[in-house]
This record gives sequence, structure tokens and C-alpha cells, in this order.
Amino acid sequence: MYRYDNFDHRLVAERVAQYRDQVRRRLSGELKEDEFRVLRLHNGVYMQIHAYMMRLAAPYGLLNATQMRMFAHIARKYDRGYGHFTTRQNIQFNWLKLQDTPDILADLATVEAHAIQTSGSCIRSITSDEFAGVAHDEIIDPRPYAELLRQWSTFHPEFAFLPRKFKISITGATEDRAAIEVNDIGLQVVQDAQGEVGFRVLVGGGLGRTPVIGVEINAFVPWRHILTYVESIVRVYNEFGRRDNLYKARIKILVKAIGIDEFRRQVEEEWSLNKDGNSTVTQAELDRIAAGFTAPAYAALPQQDAMVLALQQSNKAFANWVKRSVKPHKVAGYSAVVLSLKQSGFAPGDATAEQMDAAAELAERYSFGELRISHTQNLVLADVKQADLPALWEAAKANGFATPNIGLLTDIICCPGGDFCTLANARSITLARAVDERFDDIDYLQDIGEIDLNISGCVNACAHHHVGHIGILGVDKQGEEWYQVSLGGSKGSPANVGKIIGRSFSFAQIPAVVERLLQVYVRERYEDERFIDTVRRIGIEPFVEYVYATPVAEDEKLLTPDYDLIKKGAPYDTPYYSPRF
Amino acid sequence: MLIKNNEIVTDEWSVLRLHEGETADRVIVPGGKVIVPLPVWNCQYEVLQGRTELGLWLAGFERAEDIPDDVRRFPVIAVDFHKFSDGRGYTLAYRLRKQMGYQGELRAMGDILCDQLFYLKRVGFDTFTLRADKDPHAALAGFADFSLSYQASVDTDAPLFRRVTRGEIL
Repeated sequence: MYRYDNFDHRLVAERVAQYRDQVRRRLSGELKEDEFRVLRLHNGVYMQIHAYMMRLAAPYGLLNATQMRMFAHIARKYDRGYGHFTTRQNIQFNWLKLQDTPDILADLATVEAHAIQTSGSCIRSITSDEFAGVAHDEIIDPRPYAELLRQWSTFHPEFAFLPRKFKISITGATEDRAAIEVNDIGLQVVQDAQGEVGFRVLVGGGLGRTPVIGVEINAFVPWRHILTYVESIVRVYNEFGRRDNLYKARIKILVKAIGIDEFRRQVEEEWSLNKDGNSTVTQAELDRIAAGFTAPAYAALPQQDAMVLALQQSNKAFANWVKRSVKPHKVAGYSAVVLSLKQSGFAPGDATAEQMDAAAELAERYSFGELRISHTQNLVLADVKQADLPALWEAAKANGFATPNIGLLTDIICCPGGDFCTLANARSITLARAVDERFDDIDYLQDIGEIDLNISGCVNACAHHHVGHIGILGVDKQGEEWYQVSLGGSKGSPANVGKIIGRSFSFAQIPAVVERLLQVYVRERYEDERFIDTVRRIGIEPFVEYVYATPVAEDEKLLTPDYDLIKKGAPYDTPYYSPRF
Repeated sequence: MLIKNNEIVTDEWSVLRLHEGETADRVIVPGGKVIVPLPVWNCQYEVLQGRTELGLWLAGFERAEDIPDDVRRFPVIAVDFHKFSDGRGYTLAYRLRKQMGYQGELRAMGDILCDQLFYLKRVGFDTFTLRADKDPHAALAGFADFSLSYQASVDTDAPLFRRVTRGEIL
């Protein structure tokens, strides 16, 4: 992966010092909360229900074992022994004291990590394909370009106070696993007929209150011009994006308002002023960065490992795990392996410090010391020898990573929700637990097959509910939590916004609602047809009809106090520190 | 008090702001070094165009296209940040410097914290008046928050990769 040079180190160290002084000024009262808020958000620090939360960056989801161990250290020293991996391929810690946050940044800096621009109205930490560099369907490795954009966007002086957050995602593969169509800017690395590398640029995608699929603004921007092109887009947005209404401030609203053709014209005009200038990327700089992403020393191996194939025949549990967690790799004899963070009884995406240490250890033993965080809130070891799969499976089982549910119903994408987040209208982690408990039969899950279930606690859509095959959104009705269900969303290739099926449901009704949706699927599907494909083929009407045909009973168990807060795994019950004095 | 060249100096300019009941066409522009808002310049252009020691100030929401063509005639142009989290003034400054050829004094005023000084300086501001409740002496440290930058802007026309040899690790 990319390693810091002296300049990167110095800049991150200076950020730590700057933030430390800002916290000092806040604690002394020199800075008011209104002033400090924006500054802390630029470092990923939120004030949540129980405590401060901090979102640490894993740029484009990539990290090494040393960094993962630092996350474990932070979990132990400053938090309650666990962290939460997010849909933006970062990690959040939920139980922090404000006065500790500068030390956390200082600790991170020792391992070439930071929390820069993980929040706030600025260009956010860039996301990418969790299988970048190893995917079987990859055309160009997007990571060097992601790093190039990371550096360009870091402390960009003009764009620290944009109308709203600004998200960039980049992919280099045929299948879009980076959800580029629902980012403010989506970049697809492509080659033109002459073999030159460039980008297909999408703009104006986004979820939140008004979900919009991004549209193409440029079919091919040569790689040398990517910084000036993206800068031109953000400059037009900074000047003309709405600032009078928080809910209409994203670039998607601007693009919709003036139309893609007019927006493109403005961007092109801006670009004509800075294109070919000094910000044109040099071959030397691309080469320097790309040197961090060269292929590791792969062994020459046969395409398939016979011993592993034999074990799949003889051991059903292993076969189930392989089927779900082991992904194709472009190098013969290697696989990418997903470590599930969707263990029953644990919040989706949560990992304990011990699990983080274990994951680091597994990365060193089996995957050249590197890991990825997926937007589905799991971990990925990208370069595993197939011959190591049985041993890795045993180690994964021992550490709670081997739930064979990747891509299945219980691989729930889930935001922190009302258990933590001040923005939430409703709980999501607790609901995920209820769904997980209802559907605990692995054979049934395997039979249902691939399905994305996304649960967001509010319209900010941190769990991307709009693009879930089944999307669940927490809504507020007279102070009570209710859930709106949508159907037919899809995160990429192509992306679709799901349709709301009708009036909302109570917390205790949702598992039964999901069950009814699945019953319609089982009734209607063709052989081997995925849930989403059935929905696309028959539309949502048969589902709506069945779900609302008779009253949906509430699950009595879910009305007991045991479901007020998650108890198992994550000790969320007693806040030990509240900044809300 | 004005921050200029990393020092606190006396501000020779006064800033004309319209108070309630005053209108851009009727307000009396005092003599001496005065910075007038854009609507006053537009309304009283015939009278004001003869004055050499006249500055112009722009609200953050005013756009480059609203600005008079001949910006170079103003010895000072100020951008007023009504709240520090509104970043339009940064792009406005960038356009004045990079695209409109403005080389005079470019002043940031209004709701400014020391935490923005580094960014403001980079996009071309060279003088600063902080909010009255902020200590300008203490704020000077803000210029030194960072000793380098990755991107090109107004302060440096080249990104870091063209300025230095990258890749060295101590």
C-alpha cells in the first residue's frame, strides 16, 4: 500500500497539533460549541447520545496489520473495547472523551493514519472497490488514483466549507462494487481505444433525503487531467450549490436544478481555465504513488487447489463458508476472503479489540499483511492462497469471523441508529438483531440466496437503504419510531433507488414483514433467480399485495425491555460519560 | 485592527455598511479611505468612479460575474464572511486572483477564526480583520498551522509533486 513520505508525515503531525490546540481552546471556553463543531467534524468527531464519536479514516478502505492493531489499541485504551466499521469503509469509535481525541490522532499518526475529512461539509474520505487490485473483473487498479485524489483533497484550501458533504468513489472493475452511481462524484477507471487510462465521470448521485442516481458528465477524462477536472466540478458546486436549505445543498440538487447539460457547460468552462496547467498529473508522480500498489510476491500455483476442493466435498460447513466468503482472484491459486462482521448477537460491522488483533494476525499470516474494509461492513483479506483456506477458516471460526452469511439476508448493512446517533429517528442495530434472530437457519438463508438488506435509522441513509434490495428506513411519527420499507433498490451495475411499498410498520412488525416479502419471492422466483431479479421481473405489486393483505402481528418478544438496547457483545447499556451536561 | 504581513497594524480603511433604513443609492459615502459595498458602487458609480482611494467589499454570496470588470481599479477588495462555515468567499478570492487578475489588497473580514487563516491566505487573501471578540495576536499562530500543502492554489501555482522531490523517508 501507499507509504507516507516525509511530507505526508509532516502534514499529519501538523494536523494533530492543530486539532490538539482546538480542543484546548474548546475546553477552556475560548471556542464556542458552534465554532468548534465545524472544526471537530473536519476530524471526524461527533457529539452523540452517550459520548463523543470519532470516525477514523481508512482511505479507500485499505489498511495494513499495524494500522488494524492501532485500531485495537484505540478500542482498548480510549473506548470500550470495540469499534464499528462503516459503509464508508472507515471505523468509528463510540464511547470517547473529547479530551482523549487529540491523543487518538497522535497515536494514529504513528502508523500513517488519520481522521482527516471523515466528516463535515468538505471532500470526504474517498471510497473504492474492496477487491481493488485483485478483482477478477478489474480493468485498471483504481488505488493509485484514489491516493492521488486523497492527497489533492486533503486540506484543499478552497473546499473546506462546501455547501454540504462531498463524497467521491472510484472503481476500476466491470462490476461496480463501489456504488459510484450514488456518490457526489463517481469515477470509473477505463481505457480508451488507444489504451490510454482515463475516467468516466459521473456526477450528482447521492442518497440521503432525496436519492438520485448520478449521471455521466464526461465519458473520458484522461488520467493526467483528473485533478483539474474534479477541481472544476467542486469549484462550480462551491459557488452555486444551495446554502439556504441543508436538505437541498448536495450537488445532486444543483445538477437537477440547472440540468446536466448546463452543469457540464459550466464545468467545461472552468476546466478550460486550469486544464493543462501545473495541476496536470505527471507520469513521475503517478509512478511514485503506483509503486505502493504493485502486486505482492505471488507464488506460481495451479488454478484450483485439489485439497481444498476435496474438503469442500466432504465438509458441508467449510463448503458453505467457501461459497459465501471466498471470492475470485485474478491470480491463479489465490482467493480474496471476506471475514464476516455479521455474527449473531453483535451489531453489524462491530469488532472487538481482540477481533481486530486477530484480523491483523491473519492478514500477516495469510495475506501479505494487508486488509480492506468493505462498504458492506465486513473485512477482506485480499490475497489468500487457496491452500491456506482450511487453516484460515479454522482461525476465522475461532475469532467469530466465519459466519457463512456474506451476501445473504443476515449480512445486514446497518448504521448505528437510535442506540447511538443523535440524528436517528429509530433504532437500526436493535432491529438488525431482531431480523437476525428471526432468520437464523443457515439452510433457509442459503436457499433465499443473495439479498441486500439495509437498515438506516434516518433519512441521512448511512446504511444506504435506498439501494438495498430490501431497504428499511426509520421514520419519526409523533415522536415514535416507525419503519418504512422499500423494495428493488440496487447499489450498482446498475444502481436503482428502491420503491416504498406503503405505510410504515412498527419495530416489532418488521421481521414478519421481511418474512412475507421472502415468501412472495419463494413463490414467484424462477429457478436460481436472485431476489432482486424477481423483484425487477414482476415489480413490487405482488409483494405489496401480500404484505398488506392481512394485519401484520407484532412479535411479542420484541416488545420486551430486552430489545430496548443491544445487550450481547456490545455493552451499550450504561453510558459512562456524557458530554451533554 | 488589521492583520497584514503577519503583524497587527492599524487599519487605514473604514468599511461602509448599510444600516437599517439606508439604501445603496442614497447612503452618503464618507470621504477618505473607505470600502463600500458592491450595491453602493453599482448605484453611485457616476460619483464614485472618480475617487482613487476607494475600496469595494463583496458579500460571500456575490459571484464573480456580479463583480465590476475593472477590479484592478480598487486598491482594496474585501470579502465579508457572514458566517465562517460559508465557503463561497474562498472561490470568490480564487477567481479574483487567478481569473480576474486582481493584484491589490484582498481582505477577509467578518466571521473569521484563526483556524481559517491558513486556508484564506492560500486562496489569495493578504489582509484579515477578525471578529471583534477574537484576539488578533493569538490568531497569528493560525498562519503556521501547516508548513506545506499538497495542492496548487493562489499562493503556489504548483502542486507539491512539482515543487519538491517526493518519496523520501527519514
